[in-house]
Amino acid sequence: MPHTRKTVLVTGAAGSLAKRVIARLHGKYQVVAVDFRRKVETDADIQSYKVATHKRGFEDVFRKHKIDAVLHLGRIFAHEDDRMRRYNANVLGSRRLFELCRKYKVGQVLVHSTYFVYGASAYNPALLDEDAPLKASELTQDLVDSVELENLAQIYLWKAPELHITILRPCNVLGPGVRNTMSLLLSRPLVPVLLGFSPLMQFLHVDDMADAIVLAFEQNKPGIYNVAPEDYVTYQVAVEQCGCRKLPVPSIPPLLPKMISGLLNWNAFFPPYLINYFKYPVIIDGRLFRDTFGFKPKRNLNDIFSYYRKHKLLNASAPALR
Amino acid sequence: MAASAVMETLRRLGRIRSRDELYQRIVTPDIEHAIERMPKPVGSFGYDAWGYNEDAAKIGLGLIRWLYEKYFRVTAHGLEHIPAQGRVLVIANHSGQLPMDGLLIGYAMATNPNGPRAPRAMVERFFPTVPWLGSMLTGIGAVIGDPLNCTKMLEQDEAVIVFPEGVRGSGKLYKQRYQLQRFGNGFLHMAMNCHAPIVPVGVVGCEETMPSLANIAPLAKLLGIPYVPLGPLLPLPARVYLNFGEPIIFDSAPCSEEEVTERVERVKTAIRELIDRGLNERTSVF
Repeated sequence: MPHTRKTVLVTGAAGSLAKRVIARLHGKYQVVAVDFRRKVETDADIQSYKVATHKRGFEDVFRKHKIDAVLHLGRIFAHEDDRMRRYNANVLGSRRLFELCRKYKVGQVLVHSTYFVYGASAYNPALLDEDAPLKASELTQDLVDSVELENLAQIYLWKAPELHITILRPCNVLGPGVRNTMSLLLSRPLVPVLLGFSPLMQFLHVDDMADAIVLAFEQNKPGIYNVAPEDYVTYQVAVEQCGCRKLPVPSIPPLLPKMISGLLNWNAFFPPYLINYFKYPVIIDGRLFRDTFGFKPKRNLNDIFSYYRKHKLLNASAPALR
Repeated sequence: MAASAVMETLRRLGRIRSRDELYQRIVTPDIEHAIERMPKPVGSFGYDAWGYNEDAAKIGLGLIRWLYEKYFRVTAHGLEHIPAQGRVLVIANHSGQLPMDGLLIGYAMATNPNGPRAPRAMVERFFPTVPWLGSMLTGIGAVIGDPLNCTKMLEQDEAVIVFPEGVRGSGKLYKQRYQLQRFGNGFLHMAMNCHAPIVPVGVVGCEETMPSLANIAPLAKLLGIPYVPLGPLLPLPARVYLNFGEPIIFDSAPCSEEEVTERVERVKTAIRELIDRGLNERTSVF
C-alpha cells in the first residue's frame, strides 16, 4: 500500500552509486532524490530536487515530505572544487542535514564515507578495524573534510541515537559511470605509477556497494562499518589488468611525485594529496560488515577490471568504425 | 667453497638465453610443489591481506635457495617441530646486520619436508619506505612488526617469525656475538592471547656474516635507518646452523607482567641452549 511505504531521501542522487541505490529502492519505498548538480531525471513517482544540503532551500524538502530515512551519499570530491567550498558542502552541509533529521524526526541516517579517512602511511598494519585512528588529515589538508564529516557523524551517533546513524567506509569503488579518483585513473590509457612502490589495494564493484547500502539501510544496525571484499591486488597489477599502460614517476624524494602531479595538473586522477595511497597500502577489514549484514560481493576483481579493459578496447576501435 | 660457488653460478647465468629459461632455473618444480602444499589461502590474484604473493614467493624462494644451499651452506635440525598447519610463533635470536637470518629461517620453513609453511617474518617499520625492497619483502611474506598484524595473522593460522631482540640484536657489534640482547615481551602476549605455540630457534653463523666493529651512528641518523655497521660491505660466506627446538605452549590465563617476563626468560633460555648446540656442532666458521 503506497501510503504506508517509507519515504527515503537520497543525496548525491545524480551519482552512479546513488542511481543504483535508487533503482533498488524504487517500488518498495517512496524515494526523494536530491542533488546539488542537477535535477535527476528518474521514474515518474520519484520526486527529484536540485538543491545543496548546506543551502536554505534544503529544508523545504523536509517540509514537503515526511522523510523516514536519509541515505547521505552526496559528496563533493576533492578534485571537483576548492578546499573551502568543499568543506562548506561536505562538512557544514552534513551538519545541517543531521540537524534537519533531528528536527523532522527522521528515524535513520546512513552516511557514505571512505577508507581514505584512515590515511596512507608506511606504518599502517593491514586489515584496519573500524576503531583504528583516522590519520588522513594528519597527512594532508585536502582530506580534512572527509575526516571532519566522519567525526561529525560519529558525534551525532552518540548525541542523537534516535537518528540510528550507520557510517559505511568502503574501499575503492569502481564500475561503469563511477567518477571517483580511482575510476577516472583506471579509465585512462596511460596512468602514473610510482617507481618501486605498488601498494596492495581492495576494490568493490559499484553494484555490490549499492547492494551493501541497501542491506545496511534495510537491516538498520547503527554503527561504523568498513565495506571491502576479502580479495587483494597490488596497484600496478590492477593497472595492467585494466588495460592501462604505465607511466613511471620517480618516488624519491617524496616531494618529487607531488610536484610532478601538481605541475602537470593531475588533480582529477592522481592528485598530490593522494600520492601516499599509491605508495603505502590501506587495507581495511570488512569482516564486521560481512558478518553483521550477511554481505557477500557478487562480482570479483576480474569482473571489475574487465569493464575498464573492454572500455579501452571499444575506444581504440571506435575511430576505425567511423 | 663459497667463492667457487659464486664463480660457477656466474658462469651458468652467462649461458642462460631467454627469460623463461631463467625463470625455470629459479623456480624449480620442487619449489612449485612446496608452495602448492602450503596451507595458505590467497585471493584471486594470489595475494593475501598483507601483500604475500604466491608468484613473488616462488621467485624469492628460488633465489634464497642459492644463499641457503651454496653461499651459507645451511644445516637445519629440528624442522619436525614446526607444525604442518595451524598458528605458530617462531622465535629466534637476531644477528648479522642484514636480516639474512630471517630469510634463511623462512626458507627452511617454506621447504620443510615435514610440511612447508609460508613464513611471515615481522620486519622493521622502515622497510616499506624503501622503494623496491619494501615491495619485494612484502611479496615474499614479510610484514611490519605491528602487534595488530601479528594478532590477525595468528588468528588466520599463519606461521609468524619474530625476533624479539629487534635492532638491538641485528645491530650489535662483533664483540657482543652470541650474547642475547633484551627480549621484548610483546611476542609472549601474542602467543598467550592467540593460543599459539612458540617454536624457539637458535641461529649460529649469521654473527660472522657481517662482523661489525662499530655503529656509525651519525650516518645512520642522517639516512633515517637504525644503524650503519663498520664492517664488510657484503655478507661473508659463513656456514649457518639453524636449530629448531620443541614447541613451548603457555596457557592464556591472565598473569602479571613480571610473570610474562619470567616466561620470556624461559624462551630465551631455550634459544640459548639451541645456540650452544649449534656452536658445538660447528667445526669451521667458513
